[in-house]
Amino acid sequence: MTSTLSALATAVATEGGHGGGQAVAEATGVFDLTWLLIAFPLLGAAILLVGGRRTDKVGHLIGCAASIASFVMGLVLFFAMVGEPSDGRAFTVQLWEYVNAGGYSVDVSLLLDQLSISFVLLITGVGSLIHIYSIGYMEHDERRRRFFGYLNLFVAAMLLLVLASDYLVMFIGWEGVGLASYLLIGFWQHKDSASVAAKKAFVVNRVGDMGMVLAMASMIAVFGSTAFDVVFSSAEGASTGWLTVIGLFLLLGACGKSAQFPLQSWLLDAMEGPTPVSALIHAATMVTAGVYLIVRSAAIYDLAPDARTAVVVVGAITLLMGAIIGCAKDDIKKALAGSTMSQIGYMVLAAGLGPAGYAFAIFHLLTHGFFKANMFLGAGSVMHGMNDEVNMRRYGGLRILMPATFLTFAMGYLAIIGIPPFAGYFSKDKIIEAAFADNWITGLATLIGAGITAFYMTRLMLMTFFGNRRWKQSELPHESPPVMTGPLWVLGALSVVGGFGLLYLGAGIVDWLAPVTGEAHHDLPMPLWLLITITLATVVVGVAVAWAMFGRRAVREDVPAGNAITVAARNDLYGDAFNEAVFMRPGQYLTRSLVYFENRGVDGAVVGTATAVGGLSARMRRWQTGFVRSYAVTMLGGVAVVVLAMLLVRLP
Amino acid sequence: MNAPTIEYAELAPLITIFGAAVIGVLIEAFVPRQLRHPVQVGLALLALVAALVQVILLAGTDMVAAVGAVAVDGPALFLQGTILVLAIISVGLFAERRLEAGGDAFAPAASSLPGSEDERILVREQRLQTEVYPLMLFAVGGMLLFPAANDLLMLFIALEVMSLPLYLLCGMARRRRLLSQEAALKYFLLGAFSSAIFLFGMAFVYGYAGTLRFGEISEALTANIGQDGILLAGVGLMAVGLLFKVGAVPFHSWTPDVYQGAPTPVTAFMAACTKLAAFGALVRLFYVAFGGLRTDWQPMLWAVAIATMLVGAVVALTQTDIKRMLAYSSIAHAGFVLTAMVAADSTATAAILFYLATYGIATLGAFAVVTLVRDSGGEATHLAKWAGLGRRSPVLAATFALFLLAFAGIPLTSGFVGKLTVFTAAIDGGAAPLVVVGVIASAVAAFFYVRVIVLMFFSDPAPEGPTVAVPSLWTAVGITVGAAATLLLGIVPGPLLDLAQQASIFVR
Repeated sequence: MTSTLSALATAVATEGGHGGGQAVAEATGVFDLTWLLIAFPLLGAAILLVGGRRTDKVGHLIGCAASIASFVMGLVLFFAMVGEPSDGRAFTVQLWEYVNAGGYSVDVSLLLDQLSISFVLLITGVGSLIHIYSIGYMEHDERRRRFFGYLNLFVAAMLLLVLASDYLVMFIGWEGVGLASYLLIGFWQHKDSASVAAKKAFVVNRVGDMGMVLAMASMIAVFGSTAFDVVFSSAEGASTGWLTVIGLFLLLGACGKSAQFPLQSWLLDAMEGPTPVSALIHAATMVTAGVYLIVRSAAIYDLAPDARTAVVVVGAITLLMGAIIGCAKDDIKKALAGSTMSQIGYMVLAAGLGPAGYAFAIFHLLTHGFFKANMFLGAGSVMHGMNDEVNMRRYGGLRILMPATFLTFAMGYLAIIGIPPFAGYFSKDKIIEAAFADNWITGLATLIGAGITAFYMTRLMLMTFFGNRRWKQSELPHESPPVMTGPLWVLGALSVVGGFGLLYLGAGIVDWLAPVTGEAHHDLPMPLWLLITITLATVVVGVAVAWAMFGRRAVREDVPAGNAITVAARNDLYGDAFNEAVFMRPGQYLTRSLVYFENRGVDGAVVGTATAVGGLSARMRRWQTGFVRSYAVTMLGGVAVVVLAMLLVRLP
Repeated sequence: MNAPTIEYAELAPLITIFGAAVIGVLIEAFVPRQLRHPVQVGLALLALVAALVQVILLAGTDMVAAVGAVAVDGPALFLQGTILVLAIISVGLFAERRLEAGGDAFAPAASSLPGSEDERILVREQRLQTEVYPLMLFAVGGMLLFPAANDLLMLFIALEVMSLPLYLLCGMARRRRLLSQEAALKYFLLGAFSSAIFLFGMAFVYGYAGTLRFGEISEALTANIGQDGILLAGVGLMAVGLLFKVGAVPFHSWTPDVYQGAPTPVTAFMAACTKLAAFGALVRLFYVAFGGLRTDWQPMLWAVAIATMLVGAVVALTQTDIKRMLAYSSIAHAGFVLTAMVAADSTATAAILFYLATYGIATLGAFAVVTLVRDSGGEATHLAKWAGLGRRSPVLAATFALFLLAFAGIPLTSGFVGKLTVFTAAIDGGAAPLVVVGVIASAVAAFFYVRVIVLMFFSDPAPEGPTVAVPSLWTAVGITVGAAATLLLGIVPGPLLDLAQQASIFVR
């Protein structure tokens, strides 16, 4: 079976043909050093976490240096890759053989191609900026060294996730980022809410991980391997049923990590972590791992249209859910978290559109990484100046007092609502186009999403930076130190030019990714100018409604009652209630009945067997109390069974 | 009549250990009391290291020595080497003297009445029990011989040489002596019972084959037609004797009581090394001598493997004592090894060798951690007392969590690679349904391992919880080696897998 498949695999691989089918060369020269990308932050984490208090003084500098070193390495690799011809930009770096057990072997090797280097630059670039920002943000925290250690650990794990060339190795990175995320959400463990949120993220992510595990198990069953090259090249030989199953399992994994419906509930609570963590892990990088997973598995999804439809549906539901939740939250970070869910919904939806959407999903992922990190860090800067107040009903009029934060935040704001020529305009518009080209329903979902996005972001902007001053504290809110505003300016600039740059600089991101993701041109059901006009009009309507509600009128400090939708949105659209009813209750019943079964059933079975052998039912209870004689009788019974089993086999 | 030739060079590891054990007994008689402890520990370590060096030098040997009685081949040498490494760490645990005020884990005199005036005097004088070291060396000698034994008589002698000192060692705990003595007596009675069954089976097999040597038995299987009943009954009875030693269901009932009652360093030694030696013997006997009968014994092993995995994993769920929990966990692990054994080929042998090595080292480490968590009554083995240990002593709790994750078979630990190899071997050997049961049992088992981790890290510490004692270098080295090996073999298992692969052919 395996040999037939691998023969098939070789045959398909030589043909190439679909996305992911580009030739992959053994790495030479500078590409041979790809492992350094992971080694730097891993070493940083090891020094900071093992070194203990001795490294307290320089811990933050070591952390930043490790991340920046990795970024520089990423740049070197990127430019080296640009120097290669466009069909020779994928390299594998063989590190060592992990296991070779019979028919199944796993190599620890890295895959450096156009897709992974894009992620590497995002992770290390934005990651380094957030490391620098954290020097200021965490200055007064006595566990700052540990914080940087965890951040480094996260960066290392995330890089392993995107560089792995085998699903199993990727899964190690996948679990690594989960661990780092868990540690960082619960970083302020003295707060009960933080440890509860960390546990929730942990548990929900395990559900997603089951999807990953099942996907890998299916791959082993079908392809006999979890290595990218084998799986992708032999995908065409597998049955559509299996591919759909694998695709759905991978989608479940992606839902867990990327907070997509129905596993979205942990992300809002994850905002209990320090704000730089929210920016790096829960906005820019880790939560996009699901999108990476789907795009990376393009070869499977290309052949499984049903699975792709499921991806689109999940993306559409989440993008609307996240946007609605974002409208009702008064906590600035939770509003941004709802927005993150919604934007990742866009990416997942785009990824579900197949070759027409993969590149746009990654494009939006990158621009979103810029402007969302920018806004989260901006929110952190606001909180820093407001004694960690997160309730926007206690903000107001901050644009004068925090000019740098305001200006950079405004760049992120204009980017996310999609005003040309800011970054989000290019990336989101491409997704809306692709969605309309696919069908009207997805198109409308993305269009409505854009309108709601404009509404809640304008609301956030108005409540925070404009309007009446509603804060109670005695001293004036202050602007943050340069070590924090510096990264804000860089990210702000990227929010302005990132979209245009990525789309048009050089050959543009679509051509850049084409060898990995494949390419498909779509035909719009209407002229492009009309669609752009409609989109912009929707955005303007959203902004206008928000201004009418929060700009013209003074914002109330108490929470108004609100209508049914608002109340539902405040309660995360009853995501927790849903989980409780669908997962928790049945789970509790299951465990309860298992315990019951264990007490009655399993013990009963043991006792029952003993009765048959010993015939002394009155002494059954004592059997468990450890009498040698009862043990001996059990053994004797076992002897009888074993000998009988041996003899019975020979009977015809 | 010619005297038989004995290949002394190839038997050197065995001779070294047994010789050192005899010298150890003489030391007890002739060396002054104050010097005995350092001398005995030194001698034991010296002998074990010397034997290990000899085993390494013998690597690649493939022969039958001592007139056909002892095999010197890949599986034997691999297991002997592993047992010696584990025994060296165990000596360190035995010699730990910082945990108990003025003593080690052993009663000053096992014969004194618990709670009597005699005992109090001995404790006050800080008398140390040093006979444990020669006893341990005898046990190690038996363990080295057990997987190498190539005829029935040698197999039985090795079994007894290995077991008798262990019975004694189990009864020597300094604390909770009645529990310890009860465990020893139970172990002895049940062990004697299983030995008798084993001997009975041997007699049947000899009656059928007319020879004691494995190779000749194997030939007799194809030669003698008829009288199969006596042979099959013999094979079944011998299987029982060996399955008892590995702790397979339904011959497992001694395991929890003995693991709980024995002094923890002895439990660690026993759990790690006995299992290795007994599996070595079981695999050799069934592959070499009874290989031709595999279709007859495979169904029986299927049943035993399934029962072992399920009972071990399910019953462990309700345990409240950490040592009992680890005991049931060891039962479940015996079941996982049995799944591979059903396959009966060299891939399976390699998988079993690798699994045993990784399991042994993690077990040793886990029990070593148990010796450190103490309250006023000695070791605090009740699970409730481990609540919140992660806050009190994060490093220790993280190390223990690592061992538990390895037992649960989580990636990046040696346990994952071990489970993967045994399950793959079982699938290749046509035992896929067993693997399904194995995976289910692993899932159940993962639950109670993770429960302990959750308890350690997410529960509030008990108000009068145990303290974590600071060990001397002996225990610290043992735990560190165990943790490092568990992690390293999880990340780079290749070299050891290759070694196991090379060592997987039995001499015939």
